[in-house]
Amino acid sequence: MSILINEKTKIIIQGFTGDKGTFHAKEMIEYGTNVVGGVTPGKGGSTHLGKPVFNTVADAVAATGAQASITFVAPAFCADAIMEAADAGLELVCSITDGIPAQDMMRVKRYFMRYPKERRTLMVGPNCAGIISPGKAMLGIMPGHIYKAGSVGIVSRSGTLGYEAAAQMKELGIGVSTSVGIGGDPINGSSFLDHLMKFQEDPETTAVVMIGEIGGPQEAEASAWVKDNMTKPVIGYVAGLTAPKGRRMGHAGAIISAAGDSAAEKSEIMRSFGLTVAPSAGELGSTVASVVAKL
Amino acid sequence: MDIHEYQAKELLAGFGVPVPRGSVAYSPDQAVYTATELGGWHWAVKAQVHSGARGKAGGVKLCKTYHEVDAAAREMLGKRLVTIQTGPEGKPVQRVYVEAAEPFERELYLGIVLDRKAERVRVIASAEGGMEIEELAHTAPEKILQVVVEPAVGLQAFQARQIAFGLGLSIKQVSRAVTAIMGAYRAFRDLDATMVEINPLVITKDDRVLALDAKMSFDDNAMFRQRAVADMRDPSQEDPREVQAAEHNLNYVGLDGDIGCIINGAGLAMATMDTIKYAGGAPANFLDVGGGASPERVANSFRLVLSDKNVKAILVNIFAGINRCDWVAQGVVQACNDIDITVPLIVRLAGTNEEEGRRIIRESGLPIISADSLTEAAKKAVDAARAHAAS
Repeated sequence: MSILINEKTKIIIQGFTGDKGTFHAKEMIEYGTNVVGGVTPGKGGSTHLGKPVFNTVADAVAATGAQASITFVAPAFCADAIMEAADAGLELVCSITDGIPAQDMMRVKRYFMRYPKERRTLMVGPNCAGIISPGKAMLGIMPGHIYKAGSVGIVSRSGTLGYEAAAQMKELGIGVSTSVGIGGDPINGSSFLDHLMKFQEDPETTAVVMIGEIGGPQEAEASAWVKDNMTKPVIGYVAGLTAPKGRRMGHAGAIISAAGDSAAEKSEIMRSFGLTVAPSAGELGSTVASVVAKL
Repeated sequence: MDIHEYQAKELLAGFGVPVPRGSVAYSPDQAVYTATELGGWHWAVKAQVHSGARGKAGGVKLCKTYHEVDAAAREMLGKRLVTIQTGPEGKPVQRVYVEAAEPFERELYLGIVLDRKAERVRVIASAEGGMEIEELAHTAPEKILQVVVEPAVGLQAFQARQIAFGLGLSIKQVSRAVTAIMGAYRAFRDLDATMVEINPLVITKDDRVLALDAKMSFDDNAMFRQRAVADMRDPSQEDPREVQAAEHNLNYVGLDGDIGCIINGAGLAMATMDTIKYAGGAPANFLDVGGGASPERVANSFRLVLSDKNVKAILVNIFAGINRCDWVAQGVVQACNDIDITVPLIVRLAGTNEEEGRRIIRESGLPIISADSLTEAAKKAVDAARAHAAS
């Protein structure tokens, strides 16, 4: 098992025929992902990388039964693409795009609410590396070969720091059930908490690594939930101990502006709720190993 | 992105928020001329820098004669204003804002922010104007009024009325305050702001509502559709290295340590800086070289990091996903050949094509210190910086 995606998940690519869409679609197909087609408005009816291209997401869903999409769409048009995916009834939409205005994301999240919970789309990202269930499917831009299949879940804001964790774990023989990048923006489609809940329910996942960073209340909210609801151990880490207050550290959401936003405060909150916090990013793998060894 | 007070007032006025009459001046003569044009008996001369707490730092002067206006402008222009928010180096004052000053009866606080927890816009108000809202939230949270805006419909007039009545305003003042609150909200929404702060919003003796000070910040991600706002950027208020970085599409934040950092990905960059600190060193900067780390980008990154004279060693840490380590390695080698790098260079390459990348570094014949892991790289960088500083 895994969460969100597996080898059967039917996937379409929004922005299929663009440079980025093409490059990453190839990588995903090569990894074994069940890519069933793509969407580029105006190119419907053609074929790209041996898969059908559709004008709209609704057309793609009707023809292929697609369940999930990934968007390689420019920031100005990405909110529109995400809402289109939600309207077409996709269960999951993953947005890699970096640079979506915050107010667009507010509108997107409000738009999701018009659907009843049972058929509401789950969004991952934006500004993220995507999702991988090692050995099964990849809905993202990560280097697939650094992930070993296994039973530890990863949920991370940062893409590259998620890679770092997975590679350190692989080095120690520890595999990953699913790794999810929730993205570095101030408003994201889904939170740490959304994915911790899924990992808790996934019978194959035995422990979870949660990699946060400065800015926003999500790490604290998720940690509180872990204490009351999670039976699986959670290993935490928060990047940005050396980040000065009020400065944006690359990610739009990585800024210390309110109480509780700093890495030191978040790490302390994690500890107070019973998470095992890795002392440094270089010890992510070894901290996971010490926790997993006790299972 | 931040803008100056006078720019924020100009924008807010366009949305119906009443502001005092005023004009910007670049010289003392112009300041005096502006005061004569405005008329009246009292003027406020305000240093235009991207910082709050200007009053306590001597950046706001109330003047009663043209001579005082001249003296105040002379005192401020061309200097650096140091406030509790700017850091010890302060920010340059290149323009002052001259405003007609009039007596007021009450000072209120009005703020509009992007609330990350609610994922909605939040309007905050308080009858205790002039105070720092963070301080008030801490000492007397019951004095803060708040409404959360439903994004599908926007701020409604009844919500603005709730705030206005909550502030204890008279009927006449309420309708004017509602206009100001609704206008500030529309400015926030239509201009893709992330923060509007009017502190204080004052009530004059004749029941008018005026934004006496105004601060606005904007969503960098939305500047592609806010050209007029983007044009208000004032690079003089930013760290020159960050301005240079932005020109090359690099994300750079200067710090005060001595180990220069060139890393791909914001999260890994922060984590690498933390690991340097954990190993006993101090990072000189944050730098995310981004996904497509071409030789040109790598070379620009080196130039930028080396422009900080405190740098005693450089750590390059790349975890290649879309990137390929061999490309990055070629970029590093090329940069080393093009730029005179006189400090030790530590390179750690991982991910796609790491073996090939490491081989290129090894066979380049350059004095590059290689590291396999993040911890090892940080330790080697700290040791190399110490050795270099001692030599």
